Amino acid sequence: MASLAFSSTSASPVALRGRPNKLATGVAQSGACHVSARGSDRKARLFITRAVAVEKKVSRFEDVAMAPPDPILGVSEAFRACTNESKLNLGVGAYRTEDLQPYVLNVVKKAEKLMLEKGENKEYLPIEGLAAFNKATAELLLGADNHSIQSQRVATVQGLSGTGSLRLAAAFINRYCPDSKVLISSPTWGNHKNIFNDAGVPWSEYRYYDPKTVGLDFEGMIADIKAAPSGSFILLHGCAHNPTGIDPTPEQWTKIADVLEEKGHTPFFDVAYQGFASGSLDEDAFSVRLFVERRFEVFVAQSYSKNLGLYSERIGAINVVCSSSDVANRVKSQLKRLAQPMYSNPPVHGARIVANVVGDPNLFSEWKAEMEEMAGRIKNVRKRLYDNLSQKDKSGKDWSFILRQIGMFSYTGLNTSQSENMTNKWHVYMTKDGRISLAGLSLAKCDYLADAIIDSYHNVH
Amino acid sequence: MAFRAMISSRSIQQSKWVPSAGVARQMSSWFGHVEPAAKDPILGVTEAFLADPSPDKVNVGVGAYRDDNGKPVVLECVREAERRIAGNLIMEYLPMGGSSHMIEESLKLAYGEDSDFIKDKRIAAVQALSGTGACRLFADFQKRFLPDSQIYIPVPTWANHHNIWRDARVPQNTFRYYHPETKGLDFSSLMEDIKNSPNGSFFLLHACAHNPTGVDPSEEQWREISHLFKSKNHFPFFDMAYQGFASGNPERDAKAIRIFLDDGHLIGCAQSFAKNMGLYGQRAGCLSILCDNEMEAVAVKSQLQQIGRPMYSNPPVHGALIVSTILGDPELKKLWLQEVKGMADRIIGMRTALRENLEKLGSPLSWEHITNQIGMFCYSGMSPEQVDRLTNEYHIYMTRNGRISMAGVTTGNVGYLANAIHEVTK
Repeated sequence: MASLAFSSTSASPVALRGRPNKLATGVAQSGACHVSARGSDRKARLFITRAVAVEKKVSRFEDVAMAPPDPILGVSEAFRACTNESKLNLGVGAYRTEDLQPYVLNVVKKAEKLMLEKGENKEYLPIEGLAAFNKATAELLLGADNHSIQSQRVATVQGLSGTGSLRLAAAFINRYCPDSKVLISSPTWGNHKNIFNDAGVPWSEYRYYDPKTVGLDFEGMIADIKAAPSGSFILLHGCAHNPTGIDPTPEQWTKIADVLEEKGHTPFFDVAYQGFASGSLDEDAFSVRLFVERRFEVFVAQSYSKNLGLYSERIGAINVVCSSSDVANRVKSQLKRLAQPMYSNPPVHGARIVANVVGDPNLFSEWKAEMEEMAGRIKNVRKRLYDNLSQKDKSGKDWSFILRQIGMFSYTGLNTSQSENMTNKWHVYMTKDGRISLAGLSLAKCDYLADAIIDSYHNVH
Repeated sequence: MAFRAMISSRSIQQSKWVPSAGVARQMSSWFGHVEPAAKDPILGVTEAFLADPSPDKVNVGVGAYRDDNGKPVVLECVREAERRIAGNLIMEYLPMGGSSHMIEESLKLAYGEDSDFIKDKRIAAVQALSGTGACRLFADFQKRFLPDSQIYIPVPTWANHHNIWRDARVPQNTFRYYHPETKGLDFSSLMEDIKNSPNGSFFLLHACAHNPTGVDPSEEQWREISHLFKSKNHFPFFDMAYQGFASGNPERDAKAIRIFLDDGHLIGCAQSFAKNMGLYGQRAGCLSILCDNEMEAVAVKSQLQQIGRPMYSNPPVHGALIVSTILGDPELKKLWLQEVKGMADRIIGMRTALRENLEKLGSPLSWEHITNQIGMFCYSGMSPEQVDRLTNEYHIYMTRNGRISMAGVTTGNVGYLANAIHEVTK
């Protein structure tokens, strides 16, 4: 078995604080003789030999260390704490309007109103989730007339948004393909590693981002995928790669499929932005549908956090396109078995919203229009930012990569120090890998942002 | 693209499957070796019930509350809470640990409104995916930070408990709990097993309304258990899925937990709002761990969040909002208390009615246990064969362990049910 990089980014080993053997502390209420070290420093304790039983129990979790703050969510926290007027939050990937306000889609409000009126009950969903949702989500992804759906070869289980769906798939891989590993792009969404670590699935990286071109390192990507042991799972972003915003072209997707086929790899898609990238649901599903057409067996994790703005409802799905309906049934049954000891059955509210929106032709059309609007706003902001950068930057640097990127995020090409400068000097909050969320940018702020980027790029090293 | 035959010709493989390069993907599946999971016994009951055309059919397998017409119930306080939050909701991600307002209210319910532990911020607590999610978070946390520990689980228990700790890879043991002869608590065996387990073991305890037996220790017995736990330095983990739903009084249903807290135990607790607020499908719950001090609570909470992040990132908002809206508003909370008492009272009423009916029929057996037991379920003591007869001859659906969901009993069917039970047991 090949030895693999099993990163311990998230599943940190027990972080012990290296203290001497834990002895009794605390004040005994029974009057037995004990001394407790009080005072402002709670860490300072007197260790004494335990001669009598103590009333107060010593915690089993005394030595649990503080977990590191989340790199992405921590950005928003820092932003909230900042008092500067010019501050800008380009951290977390949540859509904002031009006024930089969160946005609840109109179709969602309508769907919720419908649901209130219907007054449906709140009974448990089956483990696999809401049937109407599962049907709608698979059809949205693959097309209702797709052969895989017509022949019932798709195992679909409602999941806790993208994260939960990825986790179910990872747990399945761990249990049923224990000798396989997953290849993830370098870079990728930070939580991917955590998910595979906690599921016990080994992973390694394939080259993806080329800092020299601020584009796709296609050669490197192909080489690394080719070099992986046959039967590996290749984690691919269906569209709007997070964090770079760099997607393969249709021709490149075809070549990627060729390599996967040659090596007997299984494609594993993370589709968190369907409709949000180009504005078209079908267009954004191109890569997934290509692989399904070519009769691959495919894993696809979906999320409705961004495209329906249902972030906190945690609604998504894991789809496994199998070679036969028999296999699909069995796979589905085992996905359920993995979900049950995690949360029994998934939350109903978000699923009903999606089912109502997708199931009603009027609402569905409205949704498509709203999505085009959101994607459109992001494209406009990209264009404005690019224009500002090109005009203001007299060095002649080519900023057009921003226009070639797609989706919510843009990899600016700024390094850690430069990103820190963005925050410290310009109060622009972003992640240290140079990623900015265009969803958090307004046309009005592009000018300011361009200044910040130019300054950070040229004056900080 | 030429159409190829999709049906896999491979039979289900028993052995571990190994990938090989260049396999013509179109011909076979990578997952051909995946076997179908065993059918869930409880869901199977519901399916069979739904398929039965008999007008007399009774479903006492379901683990969800039904009103006296056998219909699911959405509480008025819940409807009102939903009206208030609809449309106003910005659906942004909750923090990883969930809704702080909901957590606050959940802790008050479990630990007491004026709990010093809350004041002193000694409780590490996160919103969880109902009771299941809370148990799973704890199991994963236990595995990560006390990797040599095991869990002691009562016999019997809710089946998913075994799945949860198994998938968390925490070794399991059992301790005796239910006494088939008395259909009550096997207290001496319970105490014996507690005593014989290694010091510092982890125990899963049902705080109230034990599932599936309905058999709870008495207050005195809880005190003795707590006392023994202390001398053994055991860790008590409470699964509280029925607070308020058991006796009708949430404070009373939390008695076991309060006893342990008073005795100085540092406990863990999984709370669910599925039954007591009827929020089943919303997956609203809370996991709490009482720590030594605030700093430790902060650290433990941060680690619980770390476990949640690669499972679902952050928990669903809707159910949490309902819970915090209800518990945070005095009027709504009052209404909730009335409604939960109403549910509990109906169940208690049905227990009484079922027992009385059986006694009136002249059953030779004792049916005391029906009213001695508490909560949604009643362990009737019937054998699988007797249960099968109930189903086949009387169209009464329940799980083969003889567990009756009292929630499925109504004034309309209690007589029929009693008669059928009498017929198969006399």
